[in-house]
Amino acid sequence: MAETNGSTNTELLDIATRVAGWADSGEQVEVFVAEELETEVRAYQGAVESFTSARSQGIGVRVVSNGRQGYAYAGTLDSSALLETLLQARDNAAFAEPDEFNGVAQPDGVDPVEFDLFDSSLDDFSTDDKVALAVELERCTLGADQRIAGIESAEYVDTRCESAIATSTGITSTSRETGCYLATYAMAEADGETQTGFGYSISRGPGALDVELAATEAAERATRLLGATKPQTSKLTVVLDPWVTAQLLGIIGGTLSGDAVQRGRSFFADRVGEQVAVDDFCLLDDATNIDAFTASAVDGEGLATRPNSLIDSGVLQGFLHNSYTARRGATSSTGSAVRAGFKGAPGVGSQALALRPGTHSQQELIASIDDGLLVQGVTGLHSGVNPVSGDFSTGAEGLRIRKGALAEPVREITIASTLQRILLDITEIGDDLQWLPMSAAGVSLVVADVMMSGA
Amino acid sequence: MLDHELINRTLSTALSTGAEFAEVFVEDKKSSSAMLDDGRVEELTSGRDRGAGIRVVVGDTTGFAHTADLSETGLAGAAKVAAAAARGGGGGTRTVSVGSHGISAGATAQVPPEDVAKTVKVELLARADAEARAVGPQVSQVAARYGDSRRRILVANSDGLFAEDDQIRTLFSVSCVATGDTGLQTGRESVGRTIGFELFEETDVSELARRAANRAITKLSARPAPSGTMPVVVGPGGGGVLFHEACGHGLEADLVAKSASVFAGRVGEQVATPLVTLIDDGTMAGEWGHFAIDDEGREAAHNVLIDRGVLTDYMWDHLRARKQGRPSSGNGRRQSYQHLPMVRMTNTYISNGEDDPDDIISGTESGVYVAQLGGGQVNTATGDFVFGMTEAYLIENGEIGDPIRQGNLIGNGPETLKLIEAVGNDFAMGSPGTCGKDGQGVPVGDGTPTLRVKALTIGGTAA
Repeated sequence: MAETNGSTNTELLDIATRVAGWADSGEQVEVFVAEELETEVRAYQGAVESFTSARSQGIGVRVVSNGRQGYAYAGTLDSSALLETLLQARDNAAFAEPDEFNGVAQPDGVDPVEFDLFDSSLDDFSTDDKVALAVELERCTLGADQRIAGIESAEYVDTRCESAIATSTGITSTSRETGCYLATYAMAEADGETQTGFGYSISRGPGALDVELAATEAAERATRLLGATKPQTSKLTVVLDPWVTAQLLGIIGGTLSGDAVQRGRSFFADRVGEQVAVDDFCLLDDATNIDAFTASAVDGEGLATRPNSLIDSGVLQGFLHNSYTARRGATSSTGSAVRAGFKGAPGVGSQALALRPGTHSQQELIASIDDGLLVQGVTGLHSGVNPVSGDFSTGAEGLRIRKGALAEPVREITIASTLQRILLDITEIGDDLQWLPMSAAGVSLVVADVMMSGA
Repeated sequence: MLDHELINRTLSTALSTGAEFAEVFVEDKKSSSAMLDDGRVEELTSGRDRGAGIRVVVGDTTGFAHTADLSETGLAGAAKVAAAAARGGGGGTRTVSVGSHGISAGATAQVPPEDVAKTVKVELLARADAEARAVGPQVSQVAARYGDSRRRILVANSDGLFAEDDQIRTLFSVSCVATGDTGLQTGRESVGRTIGFELFEETDVSELARRAANRAITKLSARPAPSGTMPVVVGPGGGGVLFHEACGHGLEADLVAKSASVFAGRVGEQVATPLVTLIDDGTMAGEWGHFAIDDEGREAAHNVLIDRGVLTDYMWDHLRARKQGRPSSGNGRRQSYQHLPMVRMTNTYISNGEDDPDDIISGTESGVYVAQLGGGQVNTATGDFVFGMTEAYLIENGEIGDPIRQGNLIGNGPETLKLIEAVGNDFAMGSPGTCGKDGQGVPVGDGTPTLRVKALTIGGTAA
């Protein structure tokens, strides 16, 4: 059994290679092995509310035999579990139906970019320091504005993830990364009304965490909505805050997966080469961009990640592929296999989406709008957006824009359109590109003719 | 799963830095699933997760650590980490003897899914695919998923509690895509119960598949949803999500304690119309949110939260209840041994009213009828919530009319509770759900009879 801190990439890769080596002839085996260490400190009323120290490990094995695929996992790297997991996956494969395109990835000669996502200063960051940061975050949030009446949570979290992939087809890859963040949820109160806002600071190591930034952002978000009312229903121009745009891009990225296209679940199918968005719209998915918090040199199948242009000057360029969808679509993998841990086989999806920024600041964009809405937050994207049909409807909050200036806050509204229309109704893209803690960068986006539903 | 002596020693280690409370939670979970898509059984997956989470409480501070190593060394290591994290003042030795109280519940499944051949499970998928496609040529894609899990848990704590449960759940879902001149539309149906493979004696997967296919086909002719505020009738079963979001989360004692709920300090008040009686009930045998003991070892309970419109109580876990000097309500749950427990719902429902559901619809001059709800989300501090409608129709002149496209509805919890103006007598449980509070997913059930809300905001595109 691997030791808590002694485990290195080599050890994980050794395990993966060993299990992949147990493949029977005529059988392909892919082994994913991961280990994660996490510390979470939650502060409340000046003290530690909870302190969690977690270490988790696991193995996921995919077996492809005669075109049939099976998968199994175990939440341990105990040596007795390794063979058992492979045998389970093999047994599962026997009950699936064959598909000529099934298989694990083959080495494709593309070298992974070299970058360092691991900040070893995390090793020297003491428990006391972590606790102090969480407590300080709570104190700063409460003190950021006199209308802040309480906090829902203030936490410090760090993670250290290492993983390795080995296949019977000769792929071996490893990756390791660290991440730290501060997150706080503030409650602002005025005249018996409560509003909430969150703030965060994220980085690869603890040194760059900014308590002040997280605290003031949470306070700012919570207080700016105080006094918000429900507006009348109307059709207007909306400015999506970078945070909202990034969420929108994530949904659009899903519709550009080769898997959704091949299975008839994407409205973009058969539209490569067509104008699907306005001229200024250039969408790139590039996990090799180290500025992205989801940057990664290898994908979920162990192939090198690479920049993929999806929409260029509004014209659909192509789709994202893992090795399965690439074979099925008679093309090459775009290094876009994604996996959510060791409990499932890799799928296909976007990893680090970004729009090409425009030339105007958010303030300049707002100044050009006579009657509009700055959307600062959305809720219920998972329930109100259907990526297959393109229907888009989400709860929203933000500030009205009147005669080029920000006006009163509004709440309890929805904004609605369709994904297809939004891409064609974009009138401006801001210059404020910023990477956010999700698989997309945000930028201010102006969209015309959106229905705001209120009273 | 582990013997009493080993648990006693682990708890003693956990208490060694002076903590007043320590708990060991052991879990052994086996899952299996099979997925059909694109006309083919694509993949079967099986997995196992086994480990222990150790919690130590000193004053208002909780220390937590978990391990997949259930040996004496592994448990002692986690206990020390948790104890150091909580760091009490006293120190010293405290011996623990578990077993003075608590219950040990066995599995209630008649047919344990692990005893069923994989070919039988796979056959269900093929049948659902064939039945869905047979509904009409518009059905262009079908995905079906079978899943089962067996979760054995053991909870022991320094109060002497020792409790065990064996939870078996079985799930089946079908998702269809229909293609027409208007583009693509989707329809989904799912069934999930805390029972074994006998689920398929009471549920016909063919019928489930046809319903999902018909839903997708119906939506091909859907009109854009209206926008603005109007009366909304929610069909039987579906409305549970509305209450889960509109007030369920706001009645969780952890959020109440931080004043992060609009319902804080309001016990005894009339918070809803007298038509509303809201119950959270983990004892409902077979339902998706059912269990014998919660993840803190407390027996499941039937808890009335709102009685004829009056707020009667919140939901409690061990930590918050202890602070208030009252018993937990059996709502302490966690996703796995790797997570700290917190206050969670189980099966949350509105009990039957007296109205005839047909009268509720015919008494609605114009509005929206929601036949199936999607997920939802709430900000408990403001009470604003959204939920999705995945099958809905216009109501015109008291009759259900054209289908409308998918979208969200938005409302405010405390306001919405006072706008419930009709509750039917046709109670039904809804689809199995996963509640994702604080990133931890746990299975929850919900149910309602047909009901009407006087005004909710529909997030459509039509004027």
